Amino acid sequence: MALVLASAWLARNTRQNLEARQIRSGFGFLAEPAGFDIGEGVVPYTPSDSYLWAFAAGVANTLRVAVAGIALASVLGLVVGIGRLSRNVLVRGLCTAYVEVLRNIPLILQLFAWYTVTTELLPEAATPLELAPRVYLSKGGLQFPVPVWSRGWALALGAAPLGIGSAWALFRWARARRERTGHTPQVLWPAALVAVALPVAGWLAGGAPRALDLPEVTAFNVAGGLGVTPEFLALLVGLATFTGAYIAEIVRSGILAVPHGQTEAAAAVGLSRRQILRLVVLPQALRVILPPLTSQFLNLTKNSSLAVAIGYPDLVSIANTAINQNGQALECVLIIMTVYLALNLLTALAMGYYNRRVALVER
Amino acid sequence: MDRGAQGAPARLPSGAGRPPPRRARGPLAWLRANLFSSAFSAVATLVVATVCAGVLPGAVRWLITRAVYAPDYEACRRLAHRAACWGFVSEKHRLILFGRYPYEEQWRPLAATLLVVAALAVTAHPWAWRRWLLPAWAAVLAAFSVLMRGGLVGLSRVDPGLWGGLPLTVILTLVGVSASIPIGVALALGRRSRLPLVRAASTIYIEMVRGVPLITVLFVASFVFPLLLPQGLRLDVLARVAIGITLFQAAYMAEVVRGGLQALPRGQHEAAASLGLSWWQAQRRVILPQALALVIPSFVNSLLSTFMDTSLVTVVSMYDLTGSLRLSLGDPQWRKFFLEGYLFVGAIYFVSCLAMSRYSHWLERRLGRWARPEALRT
Repeated sequence: MALVLASAWLARNTRQNLEARQIRSGFGFLAEPAGFDIGEGVVPYTPSDSYLWAFAAGVANTLRVAVAGIALASVLGLVVGIGRLSRNVLVRGLCTAYVEVLRNIPLILQLFAWYTVTTELLPEAATPLELAPRVYLSKGGLQFPVPVWSRGWALALGAAPLGIGSAWALFRWARARRERTGHTPQVLWPAALVAVALPVAGWLAGGAPRALDLPEVTAFNVAGGLGVTPEFLALLVGLATFTGAYIAEIVRSGILAVPHGQTEAAAAVGLSRRQILRLVVLPQALRVILPPLTSQFLNLTKNSSLAVAIGYPDLVSIANTAINQNGQALECVLIIMTVYLALNLLTALAMGYYNRRVALVER
Repeated sequence: MDRGAQGAPARLPSGAGRPPPRRARGPLAWLRANLFSSAFSAVATLVVATVCAGVLPGAVRWLITRAVYAPDYEACRRLAHRAACWGFVSEKHRLILFGRYPYEEQWRPLAATLLVVAALAVTAHPWAWRRWLLPAWAAVLAAFSVLMRGGLVGLSRVDPGLWGGLPLTVILTLVGVSASIPIGVALALGRRSRLPLVRAASTIYIEMVRGVPLITVLFVASFVFPLLLPQGLRLDVLARVAIGITLFQAAYMAEVVRGGLQALPRGQHEAAASLGLSWWQAQRRVILPQALALVIPSFVNSLLSTFMDTSLVTVVSMYDLTGSLRLSLGDPQWRKFFLEGYLFVGAIYFVSCLAMSRYSHWLERRLGRWARPEALRT
């Protein structure tokens, strides 16, 4: 009852305020042209496109940095997490220092630092740093070669799921056979071969295109190739290194959660150290790791909203621009919240499904 | 197959032919165990040691021995980044630490911050957890407010919009955490309530707030709150942001408290009920004191994460420690020494956070003796 009264009171206040400030309400503005430019993105966008489309471009940018960040952070976290349990003091110390420093400094400060380093310390775009042949790093961002899109690449891309599918089928067959006969056929290499050979065959069938779109250093900047902006680069590196530190702790505690008896039993059966890690410890650790890992992935996605601080056009930055333009804060904040809640829900559902698959099967 | 399973007992070599066991103690054995336990480990050792040997002396020279400490721009410029220019920090430290607070009055934020830090240090020890602690904190916060805001006892008035730097970070953290505890307790109890409406409302609030980034909540605080208030009533930006942080932190606090509530064995509820206590009495006298005691170390962790989260207020143009560093980097002359600035502020955050997390570990071990759920069950 009190809740209902309070909401009614707040709604009345809001209506009066909106009238007093002559701000419209409702989502009608979404169909109107946005009028501002977006620096980068995977979605084709011009200032004459609608607000709705601008928000879509923002969501695409959020997803782009989140997916890349999650991939990078997972790899980093796994390596550092295992490194923290290394028997080598130097490796252990290095990994511990990394985790402690990164976790105890606010992310936004780290992002500012990364962004300032990219835009101040890197060489000018006309004289870039060549990290690898034709991979250029400069104040203009990172530029690298990409293959020119043609029929051969389309065929290769189409054949890739086929290859992975056959490899998976091969594993299923091997597992079924082991369960039936007790004999384990060696399918690792054949499966890898199939997974690689099918796309290669598609590429060959398409005429084996080898043309690359190479970045060239010109008098003013680096032209051609595929590039990412310094904003994206700073945000990606910042998010991945920060979240990587948290993932490392999750991996470490997951591994420690596997009772030592399991390792000893595996050693007694005669498994090598690597086999113990791969066959006994990691599968069991995965169960402990998965739930907190999911929340770290979500954290990374939520933290990507700090893009607004360094000017990467993610969903929140675009909503911020829209609020400054038309003052419809309530609607814009509602859009941000809906998108994030939807992302959360999707991830939670996907992880729940995967979690059920790896969960302990009890009687 | 296993050789041992073949039947014939393995024959041990005679004692004379066996090598002595490896030394298990002493520096050599330590080296072998910790640096060269395998070929991979040895390679890792060599790589890390080489890199350290290459980087460390240069880092020490850059950071310490060759650095310029005086706020002397000419000396820094001549250095041309070959070593750190701490002169930037010496020149700008008051702007970084106190933001836009009037320069002549900056002893006030200094005193206020020191007062709060001292109070925190006293509170840190379980010895101080007595009845006088709450009134003592109320007095400290009142003193903080008077020192910062002025307008009393002859102090000139300073608008909260001018507060900045470390005092702003400290007060936002403290208000955020302490105000979120009662709300969090209410939400946690609500989530476990038997009334479906209360349970649903609490759950939706908690999950919704935990699902969105803090920035969204700060946007709500700075753009939407002014719309929600009746006309004529205004809240300054500091109060709005503090409320935003509190509402955000409350959702996380609720989950912390719920963890404590769930750790309590059912027997406690049943015992309280069998003594004839009402639901409210049972919560207040039996359940909450134990549940909250269980999660005290988690409160410290909340303090830590709120301390780091306050840095986001930079986005809604308030100048906390992070924001005032950006403010001081706005000076085009000193701008190129940004790395030194980030290192300085990063070090402040790092030392404070490390202290808090170490303290939380210490507390966990110390309280572990009497506050573990296993101990409660017996």
